[in-house]
Amino acid sequence: MTAPVLSVRNIEKRFGGIRAVRGVSFDVHKGEILGLIGPNGSGKSTLFNCILGQLVPNAGEVAVSGRDVSGMRPSDLNKLGVGRTFQQLSVFPRMSVLDNVILAGQEHRGTMTSRLFGAPDAGLTQDAERMIAFFRLTHLRDELAGSLSYGQQKLVDAAMAFMAGPSIVLLDEPAGGVNLTMLAHLKDRLVAYNAEHGTTFVVIEHNMEFVMSLCTRIIVLAEGAVIAEGTPDEIRSNQTVIDAYLGG
Amino acid sequence: MMAWKWRWLLVALLLAAAIAAPLGQKSYIVYVLTSWLVFAIAAMGLNLTLGYAGQISLAQASFMAIGAYITALLTLAGWHWLIATPLALLACFVVGLLLGYPALRVKGHFLAFVTLAFNTLVFLVLRNEEWLTGGSYGLSGMPRPDLGLFTTMRPLPFYYFTLAITVVAALAMWGIVRSPWGRAFRALRENPIRAESLGLDTRRITLLAFAIGSAYGGLAGALVTSLVQFIEPASFGVGHSLRILLMVVVGGAGSFFGPFLGSGVVILLPEVLRFTEGYYLIIYAVLVIVMLVYAPEGLIGIGARLKAKFFSRSQVRADMSQGATLK
Repeated sequence: MTAPVLSVRNIEKRFGGIRAVRGVSFDVHKGEILGLIGPNGSGKSTLFNCILGQLVPNAGEVAVSGRDVSGMRPSDLNKLGVGRTFQQLSVFPRMSVLDNVILAGQEHRGTMTSRLFGAPDAGLTQDAERMIAFFRLTHLRDELAGSLSYGQQKLVDAAMAFMAGPSIVLLDEPAGGVNLTMLAHLKDRLVAYNAEHGTTFVVIEHNMEFVMSLCTRIIVLAEGAVIAEGTPDEIRSNQTVIDAYLGG
Repeated sequence: MMAWKWRWLLVALLLAAAIAAPLGQKSYIVYVLTSWLVFAIAAMGLNLTLGYAGQISLAQASFMAIGAYITALLTLAGWHWLIATPLALLACFVVGLLLGYPALRVKGHFLAFVTLAFNTLVFLVLRNEEWLTGGSYGLSGMPRPDLGLFTTMRPLPFYYFTLAITVVAALAMWGIVRSPWGRAFRALRENPIRAESLGLDTRRITLLAFAIGSAYGGLAGALVTSLVQFIEPASFGVGHSLRILLMVVVGGAGSFFGPFLGSGVVILLPEVLRFTEGYYLIIYAVLVIVMLVYAPEGLIGIGARLKAKFFSRSQVRADMSQGATLK
């Protein structure tokens, strides 16, 4: 049996006396779309940041395709095939959409020397255009990313996360602040990408309709610990989850 | 494509103007024009560190000093300028790399103070280590480069020599900012956390931004050695670093042509205003303040703003024309 694409073991993160994440463990397998939900303050984003090297956990291990990546820098993790999007808008506002997407791929091409003396686009214009077209942003190719609407910037952010052909992408609240039209478009593209490339997704999301319709499996966090795990239908009817959300 | 043609035509015209400008002028005017080119090189370097990569530095004059003193000491020892200068640039690159390390830990105002302290440190070393630097008396009598058939002893040939060096330095900078490195520098400025998550080694790029910017400062210093043929620590104090910073900000930080415009304003404008006699510094200061208030993005930004005003276009919002619901 092949190793899980992402394996999280006993992750613990404390801020002073507060235990933000308490011994969380889970595996994610190839092609899965895993949802990570929970009330505000349940430790979802902290867990994400521990997995992605933005925070150093107090205990626990993270492995990508069987390789221990605990404490690895985000740039090195990305080179191992881990992509991510951010909760806040995270495009490069004074660069064009095309430049944003090329940037997302250029560090995976050639060497430092070839990136100085080689082609200005690192030979990535066609790939970037394909990715931009996949997210139906071709008409915005040369616009400054900062001039786009909130939803369009979320799509650019997703296009950047996928540009280097990652094996797993962690999406932090992709639906946050996005209008319904754009949300449907985003979901459609994520499903299509998953189907075409078999890429694994882990999605943190508050929008229940979005997460229930997108994910194949859901993990629920409350007060830093896993309280439930199952299919969307199982989670919908789980009394512990309902209590956690309603404070019962 | 047309825009590029116009841009290259403009560059050719500006180059032709730079070639024609000193013809028939007195030595002092040629000296001022040469100073403009020298400071444009120093500002180009700071523009890479600050304008493109977003790393504040108040130490550019100290790199001019390091470049100037190494070139001066070597040329006084009989080395040719063309051999001494690459060594000075290499030294500035290495010292710039080391100065970049604090930037990995501190940002913004704190980084500004670190670089300011470095500039002061260099000044004190130059002033106190008399056995090497001549202390407050400085060093003098450095020869100008002799290129065989083309000697730069007279002001006009030295101007053209400096112009040629400036063109080469500008082309090298153009190559850097257009390359994936340039894109990485801009990404570092705009969103370092996102850049890191996309595989960019932000530590390496930060260090390179300091090192390359410092090497440009060193090149400017090497040219100052030959231009003035006398160097002393006071010529490279913190005030001069602030002056180079002013050049970058006035011209337009993060714009390729900004340093040329900015150094033009800081070096040439006071000379143009000399006819106002005692008032020229006041008028100069007021002009700079007004410009920074109304065009904080620099002179280049005024052009961009006018373009946006007269050639504005409405953005296509495909999402608003589509209808969809979650399934």
